[in-house]
Amino acid sequence: MQPSLLSAILFATIVAGTPLIIAAVGELVTEKSGVLNLGTEGIMSMGAVAAFAVTVHTGSPVLGILAGMTAGMAMGLVFAVAALTFMANQVASGLALSIFGVGLSAFIGKPYESQALPSVATWNVPGLHKLPLVGHAFFEHQGLVYFSWALLAAVAWFLYRSRLGLVLRAVGEAPVAAHSVGYNVVRIRYMAVLFGGAMAGVAGAFLSVFHTPLWVEGMVAGRGWIALALVVFATWRPARVMVGAYLFGGCMITQMFVQGSGMHLNIPSQFLSALPYAATIIVLVIISHNKATIRLNSPASLGQPFSPEA
Amino acid sequence: MWLKFEQRPEPSRLMRYLSPLLAVGLMVASGMLLFHLLGKSPAEGFKVFFLNPVQDKYGVAELFLKATPLILCAVGLAVGFRGNIWNIGAEGQLLIGALAGGGLALHFHDTNSMLLLPAMIVAGALGGMFWAAIPAWLRTRFNANEILTSLMLVYIAELIVSWLVHGPWMDPDGFNFPQTRLFQAKATMPILVQGTRVNAGLFIALGALIAGWIFMNRSFMGYQMKVAGQAENAGRYAGFSARRTVWIGMLVGGAMAGIAGVAEISGPVGQITEHISPGYGFAAMIVAFVGRLDPVGIFFSGLLMALLYLGGEQAQQYLALPYSISKVFQGLLLFFLLCSDVFITHRIRWKK
Repeated sequence: MQPSLLSAILFATIVAGTPLIIAAVGELVTEKSGVLNLGTEGIMSMGAVAAFAVTVHTGSPVLGILAGMTAGMAMGLVFAVAALTFMANQVASGLALSIFGVGLSAFIGKPYESQALPSVATWNVPGLHKLPLVGHAFFEHQGLVYFSWALLAAVAWFLYRSRLGLVLRAVGEAPVAAHSVGYNVVRIRYMAVLFGGAMAGVAGAFLSVFHTPLWVEGMVAGRGWIALALVVFATWRPARVMVGAYLFGGCMITQMFVQGSGMHLNIPSQFLSALPYAATIIVLVIISHNKATIRLNSPASLGQPFSPEA
Repeated sequence: MWLKFEQRPEPSRLMRYLSPLLAVGLMVASGMLLFHLLGKSPAEGFKVFFLNPVQDKYGVAELFLKATPLILCAVGLAVGFRGNIWNIGAEGQLLIGALAGGGLALHFHDTNSMLLLPAMIVAGALGGMFWAAIPAWLRTRFNANEILTSLMLVYIAELIVSWLVHGPWMDPDGFNFPQTRLFQAKATMPILVQGTRVNAGLFIALGALIAGWIFMNRSFMGYQMKVAGQAENAGRYAGFSARRTVWIGMLVGGAMAGIAGVAEISGPVGQITEHISPGYGFAAMIVAFVGRLDPVGIFFSGLLMALLYLGGEQAQQYLALPYSISKVFQGLLLFFLLCSDVFITHRIRWKK
């Protein structure tokens, strides 16, 4: 393989994996607090459309990201009200959020479907981006790619090295115990859900403002669900999210490279498009088949409502 | 002042049935608000969305036509949901069912046999069951979460449909449109009322409601599913097989969704295209919940959901709003229902 092709594949893999990292890290924090939010797909859709609309009107991708983040938090709040305050079934609430978010984003986004944004400039890391082979692949990206790395490091530090992170994990593992020593379980879970929503919103913003950059109904295309699977794949550990995200990112770009490389493989394009979804299933099977792995690593109270009364 | 929920000594039976009505009321109210925010008259919006679609015989027939696949999918899903089996991939099972039944119709395009349509329905059920068997097997054999696997299979099913109608199954005389040839008369559902599109699929849906009611309320297996869903440990101590719960929950859901797929392609669609279903498999989850996972309730919530689809079409035509407004209403409805359900087990206390 030519060095330039390898470099291009690495580059594209990282770009494709970035929204998965951002959304999955957000969901990981949510799940660590014991809340299962299946609404990621809907939140990402809303984040994508909000970011796109604001960037079209203001011309500023930064404001776009903030809009995506705000929309994501608003969606997270809707979920939190249902699942935490009203103690609704978390699985059903998450599904409702996904259906609602995908629908509302299509509704809001209709007038923007024919518009396009100029692509956002990359930020080249001084010095490093000149390195042979890895320079282009790792150091000539748009800002949000570096953000995803910083986010991973920050969340890993927060969860395992900070006091608040310890409290968050305690709430997820043993909410009754955390409540009895005086922590406000519902409030902490609210914050975790809002953070997860904000990150899913940013992931959506990356797709519509940085990655493509345009808005099409259904453009999130299951990435929200793949991010959920990624958290299981990572066995709820931040560093492994990165590995998984780039694995899926690699699956997503296969199609582009097979078609672009001029290889005349007799494979229908739909089969290549199905790769990330098939890979998700396979990965889930491999990780889940050892029941102990899942039981030991998943937060003990995941998905169970908590009432301070009971 | 802040509201606080206080647990009721016993779940309220009254609220169990009032909560869906409350949710519908809240959905309509927020719909009016949405129309107002969009600069449309709420009264006009209500009329166009909820009344216009059913103002004549044709409209009512369309309501039952749209309700057919929704009711079919929802009954099947309710069986699984009662046992805490989260099959959210009914959309994919519907598509594979449609491919199985539609493949038969294409293969026997020249037959004159009356058996073609019944065979298509059986094939559709088997196709849907096959697609649902994958997550069931992965769950029972490998412990893989059926929520994520069944959903991933929706995307894969959509791509298989896309491949077939762009490739091997494309109509040779169809000017390269991504669709199969139109089915012949023997492969299409008989129309029930002349001048409308409502067809015999409705009877299958009604039959499924009755069969579902008997299974859930009068069979031992239905009872086992219910116990497994509401009190997992009790089910285990009683010796009910958790594996069998998963298999039955998934397969019934798949079979019903597959039949719904055949009802669509042999009914209003009349061929296989990429647009067999406008999300019926997902909307059916809402139908199942709003109908309280009960066949009688599902009948009414299926009609309501069908009205939301028709209302969206009307709003697109007369209010110049995107069709996706239907999905906004669907999502709102489920949210309000889930929130209203807290009143079954809790009541509100105001706290100073």
